[in-house]
Amino acid sequence: MAKKKKETQEITFTPSGTGIRTNGHVVRSTELPNPTKKKHKSLGLSEEDVVDMFELMYLQRRFEERAMQMYQKGKFGGFLHLYMGQEAISTGTVYALNDDDDIITAYRDHGWGLVRGVSPKEGMAELYGKETGCSHGKGGSMHFSKAENHFWGGFGIVGGETPLGGGIAFANKYKQTGRVTACFLGDGAVDQGSLHETLNMSQNWGLPCIYAIENNGYAMGTAVHRHSVGELYERAKGYGMKNAVINGMDVFTVYEKMKEIAEDVRKNSEPWLVEIRTYRYRGHSMSDPMKYRTKEELQEYEKLDPVERIKKYLLDEDIIDEDKIDEIQDGIEDTIMEAIDYAEESDFPDTSDLYKHMFVEDDYPFHR
Amino acid sequence: MAELQFREAIRAAIDEEMSQDENIFVMGEEVAEYNGAYKVTEGLLDKYGSKRMIDTPIAELGFAGIGVGAAMNGLRPIVEFMTFNFAVLAADQILNHASKIRYMTGGQIEIPIVFRGPNASAGQLSATHSVSYDAMYAHFPGLKVIYTSEPADAKGLLKSAIRDDNPVLFMESEQMYGLKGEVPDEDNFTIPIGKAKVKRKGSDVTVVAHGKMYHVATKAAEQLAKDGVEVELIDPRTVKPLDIETIVKSIKKTNRCVVVDESHPFGGLAAEVGYLIQREAFDYLDAPVQRVTLPDTNAPFAKNLFDEWLPSPDQVIEAVNIVTYRK
Repeated sequence: MAKKKKETQEITFTPSGTGIRTNGHVVRSTELPNPTKKKHKSLGLSEEDVVDMFELMYLQRRFEERAMQMYQKGKFGGFLHLYMGQEAISTGTVYALNDDDDIITAYRDHGWGLVRGVSPKEGMAELYGKETGCSHGKGGSMHFSKAENHFWGGFGIVGGETPLGGGIAFANKYKQTGRVTACFLGDGAVDQGSLHETLNMSQNWGLPCIYAIENNGYAMGTAVHRHSVGELYERAKGYGMKNAVINGMDVFTVYEKMKEIAEDVRKNSEPWLVEIRTYRYRGHSMSDPMKYRTKEELQEYEKLDPVERIKKYLLDEDIIDEDKIDEIQDGIEDTIMEAIDYAEESDFPDTSDLYKHMFVEDDYPFHR
Repeated sequence: MAELQFREAIRAAIDEEMSQDENIFVMGEEVAEYNGAYKVTEGLLDKYGSKRMIDTPIAELGFAGIGVGAAMNGLRPIVEFMTFNFAVLAADQILNHASKIRYMTGGQIEIPIVFRGPNASAGQLSATHSVSYDAMYAHFPGLKVIYTSEPADAKGLLKSAIRDDNPVLFMESEQMYGLKGEVPDEDNFTIPIGKAKVKRKGSDVTVVAHGKMYHVATKAAEQLAKDGVEVELIDPRTVKPLDIETIVKSIKKTNRCVVVDESHPFGGLAAEVGYLIQREAFDYLDAPVQRVTLPDTNAPFAKNLFDEWLPSPDQVIEAVNIVTYRK
């Protein structure tokens, strides 16, 4: 009979603390791969394109900063998950894809809507829950969508949109549309079984889909190394799937890589798993005290700000000067203030709209 | 008219609709090369090929979601679950996505999808293979739920389900697949969703029963007729939207009602129908509504316990005796 050990070891499960096992002196939840060294011309982008990219990114940033203020003033309720810090991903991706390629994402979706045809007015009105919102006030912050522009929406269940993206790609292959689907998910959604099931079928069936993980370092308040083992992009290996890891703080890098990948998907009808490393500046939602990360870490990433980075590029390359930057920023500021006015002045949905959009037919006999 | 097995009636509905619309496809476990776990889709792979008859891995959540995504993007999927007991793994896609996407997007996206497969118990299969899910899905707005009892109803309603632009759950039974019945064979034979059918006329008591329980109720009605009690037997066929008008109309004639339901007692169709009857026909009732359901226990394996667990014609007769004060 074995002797009883006198001392028992302390049992732990989830790795705890804010550190990571391979960290340097500043703790970072993700390590960014190198950005591209290419300049806009060698990427096939015109000067106008670069200015437009800056405008799109600045629009997303200011839209959310203002939305946050309005939320804090109590102008509207619900959740508000901010995309700030991640704008290079939405912007680089829409530039890399064709306009009729399909995009679907999770609930951190304001930026995605704005780059895919949700106007600032429609977006702000949706946050306010107004009838003039992109989803007629039925979806709110988590459910921006513009189906006519092939933006299928933000989805609120973590990992819920992953098989939907596969299904959109399935239909494109079935109907031979030649369209590529870009299905975005957060690092937290990597842990859901829906990703495994979808990747397995996608590889087996050759679905033309890019599964793109926006790894912003945190699944709500749990650092990526605390919720997921190994490197996220390496999950692809289990399926024999093509994969990449991309710097998501640099719009040119996102554009360059996503364009290459989209071309490969279009040509070969094979899926990819892509990890795009980025950082979210704000909490998971507005009620998040952010005690799970250090101030220093946030400051490190703010030095890499994607909006400042492209602004600096425009100035360094003499594409536009400071005055023009100011003019653009002022114009965007005006657009957003107009959007807020529009949202505030718009009507709420009529109470009879409670039953609208449930079923295709108008005469469905609702249970009562 | 032709005499078809239940499975053949379902197959005919799928086949006829697939032949008319290129965007309809079938996906699920063993639907293609195996010819269907219960031979419902037998021969359809040969006819429509592997583009439209798709074998999936055992990944209900994943393939249900791929089905919903395909429906968003213009296709009309028929997603087969080997049984609705396994569809529980796909519940997120059915309940959080299929039923809600149109609403959340303010009507921008339609989800014309059918989820179908056998529901409820099928003999001694123990606890996890024996649950009736129609009332659970009917609880959720945005879904239509059909659970038929006879081949003709199955064909007509499945064709309507496939043509419907909303998500529809269509439920069958392993134990009814071999059941034969006369089935209209014209291409445009459909039965509207949401219409009950009076399947036996009677003046003494209204019995409401759907799916497999319809046959249990039928046996009870035959026995009761020998004793001089005439049962009016109503098969709702569609659980949601529920045709309560047909039921209430009958109760206004018979003044008594028994609901037979292969769900557990809490919150099943019997519970809902009972509530609606007291609201709509309170003054017409000569006795409290009775119900015959599963007990509030899991399905047992042992034969004697299983027989005790499943509603029987005798239990229906006993309930009828109570509402007719013959006991």
